[in-house]
Amino acid sequence: MTSYLADVATLARKDLRLELRARDTLPAMLLFVLSTFVVFHFALPQGSGETAAQGLLWVALVFTALLGLARSWAPEREGGVFDGLVLAPCDRSAIWLGKATAVLAFLVAIEVVALPAFALFFTGLDAQAVAGVALADVGICAVGTLLAAMAAASRTRELILPLLFLPLAVPLVVGGVGSAISPEPGRYLLFLALYDAVFAIICWASFEYVVTE
Amino acid sequence: MSTSSRNSRVPALAALAAALVGVAIALVFFVAPEDADQGISQKIFYFHVPIALTAYACFGWGALKALLYLWRKDERYDLESYVGIHLGTVFGSLTLLTGSIWAKASWGVWWTWSSNQLVLFLVLFLFYAAYFMLRFSVDEGPRRANLSAVYALFGVVLVPVSFFAIRLASDFIHPTVFSRQGPQMSGTMFFAFCVSWAALTVLAYALYRVELAGKRLDAHVRDLREALA
Repeated sequence: MTSYLADVATLARKDLRLELRARDTLPAMLLFVLSTFVVFHFALPQGSGETAAQGLLWVALVFTALLGLARSWAPEREGGVFDGLVLAPCDRSAIWLGKATAVLAFLVAIEVVALPAFALFFTGLDAQAVAGVALADVGICAVGTLLAAMAAASRTRELILPLLFLPLAVPLVVGGVGSAISPEPGRYLLFLALYDAVFAIICWASFEYVVTE
Repeated sequence: MSTSSRNSRVPALAALAAALVGVAIALVFFVAPEDADQGISQKIFYFHVPIALTAYACFGWGALKALLYLWRKDERYDLESYVGIHLGTVFGSLTLLTGSIWAKASWGVWWTWSSNQLVLFLVLFLFYAAYFMLRFSVDEGPRRANLSAVYALFGVVLVPVSFFAIRLASDFIHPTVFSRQGPQMSGTMFFAFCVSWAALTVLAYALYRVELAGKRLDAHVRDLREALA
């Protein structure tokens, strides 16, 4: 168990270090989410209200996450590291968990800037809304990392990832928007936690089949 | 040889499906009483709901075969899983189509977000359309079979999760929900519904066998061509 977690930590640290040195994904995600907010300002006619803005926040978050996910396996693919990782004497699911952890770290880092920016530009977010974002992040990274590995194995690559991911992200958006605007957000937060647990287990169990033949 | 003996049952199966569909149509239009509330437009219920149930069955079948593939690594299951999901998508599209017609007849609009079942089928349709995009952008082989199988398994989990999510969403998106609950089904109506359901299930199974036989024949011809070249 401890060696498994050590493998996961090593793999996640590798991704974080790569990003700190190359700095190609994080700035892109940050600029993307901020530009999206500017587009929203003009897309939302005057008087369309705060509820509409809360909904659009989720469009911005999901697409920003997609941007990061599409790049998530690029270093492995470009450097031919996949085969080495698969041959390494560690459980294959550790590769998925390490990558998902790294992507989650990126996404949270972006949101630390994006959520205050959203509050500044549009409307404030309460604790339940932030909890909804945090829970949805886990689901986005768990499912997204596995689907990104699938997309990386296909010819169409980045093109196919949104098609695979968006139908699976619909329940996350429901939970997230519900926790932000519903008078009783508890149910939605519970639903998000359930989604995270169910899909994390499936991704953890099935990742091996995505990277091996 | 086993393939040809299996295929020899296909015409009989197709004939059974045709006969059952004929009986179902006769029962629906001539035996089952007209709905007091919705009139003739309610007749589409006898097709819409069984088609939807058949689509679910096909997706479930596809996922079951996908699981068997991951377990046993037999190529046969990959093809069977694909054909099951293909038919599920065809029946799913028909569900959207018949649901849309019914919505127009009873609510006056071609599409309504307040019908949870229709929204669920739209999400599933998009999900399974992506399955084909994925499958056809990976070269044939064990890698493609693995990816397709894992994605197919995601599908059976997505069905209950989405169903629940859409139920939750209808609380904040549409506070007023149209009710489809009419008066209780009478005995003959229920009988017609069951026959129609059986007919569509047999039809789906016959189509499944036909498509499977065709795909196997394709593979066989390709092997022969490669052997000759």
